[in-house]
Amino acid sequence: MTEQDLTIKRNDTQTGLTLFSKIWNKHVVQQIDNGPTVFYIDTHFIHEVTSPQAFIGLNARGIKLLRPKQTIATADHNVPTLNQHLPIQEALSKKQVDALIKNCAEHQVELYGLGHRYQGIVHVIGPELGITQPGNTIVCGDSHTSTHGAFGAIAFGIGTSEVEMVMATQCLLQTKPKQMRITINGKLNKGVLSKDIVLYVLSKISASGATGYAVEFAGTTIQALSMEARMTICNMSIEMGGRCGLIAPDETTFAYIKGKEFAPTNEAWDKKLAYWKTLFSDDTAVFEKEYTFNAEDIEPMITYGTNPGMGISVTENIPTNTTVNQTDKSGLAASLQYMGLTEGSAIKGQKIDYVFIGSCTNSRIEDLRLVADFVKGKQKAPDVEVWIVPGSKLVEQQAIAEGIDKVLLNAGFSLRQPGCSACLGMNEDKIPAGKYCVSTSNRNFEGRQGAGARTFLASPLMAAAAAITGVVTDVRELLN
Amino acid sequence: MSQTKLNIVQSTFVPLQVENIDTDQIIPARFLKATTRDGFGENLFRDWRYENDNSNLPKQDFVLNNPIYTGSILVAAKNFGCGSSREHAAWAIKDYGFNVVISSFFADIFKNNALNNGLLPITVSESFLQQIFALTPSDELLVDLSAQTITIISTNASEQFEISAYKKTCLLNGYDDIDYLLSIKDNILQFEQNR
Ligand code: SF4
Repeated sequence: MTEQDLTIKRNDTQTGLTLFSKIWNKHVVQQIDNGPTVFYIDTHFIHEVTSPQAFIGLNARGIKLLRPKQTIATADHNVPTLNQHLPIQEALSKKQVDALIKNCAEHQVELYGLGHRYQGIVHVIGPELGITQPGNTIVCGDSHTSTHGAFGAIAFGIGTSEVEMVMATQCLLQTKPKQMRITINGKLNKGVLSKDIVLYVLSKISASGATGYAVEFAGTTIQALSMEARMTICNMSIEMGGRCGLIAPDETTFAYIKGKEFAPTNEAWDKKLAYWKTLFSDDTAVFEKEYTFNAEDIEPMITYGTNPGMGISVTENIPTNTTVNQTDKSGLAASLQYMGLTEGSAIKGQKIDYVFIGSCTNSRIEDLRLVADFVKGKQKAPDVEVWIVPGSKLVEQQAIAEGIDKVLLNAGFSLRQPGCSACLGMNEDKIPAGKYCVSTSNRNFEGRQGAGARTFLASPLMAAAAAITGVVTDVRELLN
Repeated sequence: MSQTKLNIVQSTFVPLQVENIDTDQIIPARFLKATTRDGFGENLFRDWRYENDNSNLPKQDFVLNNPIYTGSILVAAKNFGCGSSREHAAWAIKDYGFNVVISSFFADIFKNNALNNGLLPITVSESFLQQIFALTPSDELLVDLSAQTITIISTNASEQFEISAYKKTCLLNGYDDIDYLLSIKDNILQFEQNR
């Protein structure tokens, strides 16, 4: 890894523009003297947990959404992943979902709620419906909104007052963040996925390494990734502390969007495409901070601790107080105690109890295809409980159409119904206290998957390998 | 929600002499599943205030339960509002009845959330903070937002505080960010036209 700190003051008129600045500049409504920028938002996603207070605020002001057509709602955080056709059992979850239905009806907001063919995790449905487009500004009351940046958009999570602000005015008050570029060059090793790239970068720069920055991911490795794989990386830019993550759109991006439900068509497509092709960082653009990594150095990764920066290659030993990086030194002991692990010991071979394949990080069709290909002809370890949760109805349908559900069933797994599920355990899908879970989600905080739950973050392939063997496994040993 | 205007606040204060109070202490996560913004004041400092969740038995030694301390100003020790970004922390303090929080350091996100909800966070020097903690329960503080000063009435000791010009205007006029944005709606519509 190389690191460069460029504290030169950026002067946008002399140097070129970054991708971020190009999009930013097009959305400045006005600049308040001695204050923030009035920043225009193209697309606003809402869900049941962070929207109710915002609707109450609007009602108290006696106003409606300024642009209801630019807001899209779904139910995802609380919803059950079994028997979605039945009424929700948990009373508070039901109350939040019911409030969303009522609010969307009153305010003419399109709702892809339970039972709708487009329902799913908010950060999965936006892209797959073609709503997420390059050059757009996208917000949602959820920190993983950064996912949409994979299309070359400025996308970030907001608080509830800001949700109300966007509803009322389609604008936010923002201060322009500093900019960072993370470049990854070279060819990925066998068994290494984009999840490993982002866990690797996190392990190098730490869970606060990008705090306050907008992070652009670039380089030949990133350019060679599919859209699904790019989304996984931008999704976890928030785990580095980044304000948002983004990747310049290219032919892969355009091919992904073309033909999607809400993608532009005909002349509108040509016009948009011409604009999208201008969205890249100029050669002379200056970033306040730059990192460069080699893809060849990256091996299948797994986290051992309680923040996403605490990751190692699966063949490495858990760090000790002397080998751990500076940022995690003070928290190492408490972290390992929570995880029930010992410093300096191997992580490979650690017995596990649960596997969760899902969340807005890794629940797209490509993830399910990889998992199905891998488990074909193999059998699940008998004492491991496995939850495979598609990111959306469309992913679920596609998986069934491709026979993925059958492959999974033959290997002893089953496909559940879409939602956030065990990513944050707000519904019934909670990991019991003290149990170990290999999870494809994005956060391994204490209690995130349930009180006392112990999370190992990993790629879908690493998770599937653990589901087969019942222990933390180097997936490469099971690949031909 | 539009806020009440804030300019001069003269009041006794509640001293909370604890450093690094995080948002989980201000309002524990288990009280976040509500669908409204109101009522969070009931659970402000829940675990410090009550013996447990089931009985509403107050802990006698906690300052909010001591009737000699009153007023709309909360004074806390260094690094107030760290931890998760939950806006509910600011809602709870405001809902309880405080208009001003004083400390020698605030976590960034908390400060913004407070300002967005008509709650004025005032950063004072460590020595001024200690002077406040040394006062008696009947002593009053005077906050003058226009002049950006805070004064201890009995000793006449005074200090300037910082606030962004934009946020100051909002608080003085009882605007929140949404009111401000609504006031420039024509510019927003114009912007949409021109793109
Ligand atoms: S899947 Fe997890 S991280 Fe993603 S939106 Fe849902 S709760 Fe948030």
